[in-house]
Amino acid sequence: MDFELTPDQAALQDAIRKQLAGRFPIEEIRGLQDRAGVDRGRWQELAQAGVFGLRLPESDGGVGLGLAEAVLVFEELGRALVPGPLLATHLAAGLIEGAADGSAVLGAVDRRIEPVLVEHLAALDALVVVDDAGLWLVEPRDVQAEAVAVPLDPLTPLHRAASLPTGAPLAGPDGAVAWARDGAVLASALQLGLAEATTDMAVAYAKERVQFDRPIGGFQAVKHILADMLVRSELARAAVYAAGVIIDVPEVGDADRAASVAKILAGEAALANAKACIQVHGGMGFTWEVDAHLYLKRAWVLDTVWGSADAHASALAAAL
Amino acid sequence: MDLRYSEEERGFRDRLRGWLQEAIPAVGPEPSPHDWDGRRAYDTGWQRKLYDAGYAGINWPSEFGGLGASPTQQLIFLEETERAGAPYVGVNFVGLLHAGPTLMAEASAEQRAAHLPPILRGDEVWCQGFSEPNAGSDLASLRTRAVLDGDHYVVSGQKIWTSHAQVADYCELLVRTDPEAPKHRGITWLILDMTTPGIEIRPLRTIAGSTEFSEVFLDEVRVPVSSRVGAENDGWRVAMVTFSFERGTAFVSEMIQSQVLLADLAALARAGLSDGPAPAWDDTGIRRDLGRLAADLDALAALTKRNISQAARTGAPGVGGSVFKLAYSEMRQRMGDVAMRILGRAALSLEDFDGLPVGAHVQGRLHAISLGIAAGTSQIQRNIVGERLLGLPKER
Repeated sequence: MDFELTPDQAALQDAIRKQLAGRFPIEEIRGLQDRAGVDRGRWQELAQAGVFGLRLPESDGGVGLGLAEAVLVFEELGRALVPGPLLATHLAAGLIEGAADGSAVLGAVDRRIEPVLVEHLAALDALVVVDDAGLWLVEPRDVQAEAVAVPLDPLTPLHRAASLPTGAPLAGPDGAVAWARDGAVLASALQLGLAEATTDMAVAYAKERVQFDRPIGGFQAVKHILADMLVRSELARAAVYAAGVIIDVPEVGDADRAASVAKILAGEAALANAKACIQVHGGMGFTWEVDAHLYLKRAWVLDTVWGSADAHASALAAAL
Repeated sequence: MDLRYSEEERGFRDRLRGWLQEAIPAVGPEPSPHDWDGRRAYDTGWQRKLYDAGYAGINWPSEFGGLGASPTQQLIFLEETERAGAPYVGVNFVGLLHAGPTLMAEASAEQRAAHLPPILRGDEVWCQGFSEPNAGSDLASLRTRAVLDGDHYVVSGQKIWTSHAQVADYCELLVRTDPEAPKHRGITWLILDMTTPGIEIRPLRTIAGSTEFSEVFLDEVRVPVSSRVGAENDGWRVAMVTFSFERGTAFVSEMIQSQVLLADLAALARAGLSDGPAPAWDDTGIRRDLGRLAADLDALAALTKRNISQAARTGAPGVGGSVFKLAYSEMRQRMGDVAMRILGRAALSLEDFDGLPVGAHVQGRLHAISLGIAAGTSQIQRNIVGERLLGLPKER
């Protein structure tokens, strides 16, 4: 048993973190608001870094790694606040032409959740619709939908669909279950990244912001908020990494259970840490200019998809 | 990242499990919580069984007669003994996990030879004389005085929160030898023989009704200079070396008890306990809270494995200790609150009541409060996380 990253995993994490820091600085990300959250050039770069084809076999043009590695990559995507239908395109690699190589932008929506809000619709080449019967491929232009005028997360544009076409069958019920489970784990990895980013942001600010003649991070009232942020991040990290490992090697745990645990812990960490980050920033934290609100709004978006924390908690309780 | 156990680790688990299956039925009934002579005999009897089977000192290096087990084997040992219902480390705690490791690192050859083998065999019970009424979180401000008189120190003062003092043979005692020096630099670590004249023990009663803690009053107690461990006035450093033995396994037994408590609680909720006409299980809020607790327990188990893996690689559990303790004590408080809601008025009995197994849950609710206070309060833990892990400035 060794639950530390292997040297290869650490190198992968480091490489993607550096690439995202260079190519997706926050000004670049804020600029994507005008392009439905997606820039085709940058999307191709993500594909070349292996973000979408990470788990496809090398013989199919992928990288041949597992969910444990995908979790590390999505953690960094979350930390960098990269917008776009990253998760749906990753899951669609191998199912839909062009997903793995970045030539197509794939979205996903769950038909069972009302209101039906499709993310990034204007940027999509294809849409995967999820329901109890399986996965369905829908042409985005066949979706009758109206844009939500002011989406909560400015980087996650939404269209409300009056109804969704049936679409062409992609996978049956089992496919939909695996899709939902892997999606929950990767969403939790994005949430984990958000939680870590807001912790780093708040800690850095608390070290430099001076009031009463000293950095506010020296006051226990502030220090303890920051300590609790780290506790939530570290607990979430353990849960999210474990879920990736357990789904790759089912003999070490219960895959569905691990996915629920990860989504609950990381969702809580993302939301609570984003709120704490705003609190530590004081009045400036409440401005549009400071980035903290973007993390909170993304955390709210992610809590509504791939199973809410409440839904996963109910699922875990049923197994008790 | 690999959560599979190696062939060697699986073999260790299988052999231990086989031995426990034979050893556990021979263990007699647990004595009453207030029968301290009985509890000492019970706990040390089990330690002797472990010793005879070669399982004593799981965390001790082999040069001191221990098993020299890896952090993962320590995890397996604690999991298997807890699941098998083996006696808890109990009165052997301070000897095996605190005083013993300190002696290994800092004591003379004579001192080690005198104390380490009997601790390992369960022949010698130790207690800890660190905290004082005015030295809790600020331990280094302790005031129990030791004055040199020939080849003895004469010790006077008061200690508190001394576990198992009424059945201990020795005490690891921190005393003030230089009242003029800065507070961390005037402390000395002594081995106190508990049969020495001038020691008075007064048991404390906790809010759970238990009596494991005592106040210890020391009135001109004469301790030979040869019982000093480390140099005079170097006792603070000596006391801190124990932390370097921590491998991230401190709460493994508690975690398994928590899993059992949660499963029992879910069963009680389904069985129909409630403050209304329907079973508590019918309440969505209760069910979600139970599910959330299950998630927390799994996440804490994963965090334990991360800390143990880090300890195996670097020799220390890294961010682990304080982060884990903060999250664990918060989770247990919440579990206790959910238990009280589910049990309703049946929670007004501290023992099992009317055929309902409520005692463990109500006791557990009270126990959870101590988790945020003992061994570094949650506030002190947050300071440690903030200052040592996040690099924030100290308040003073």
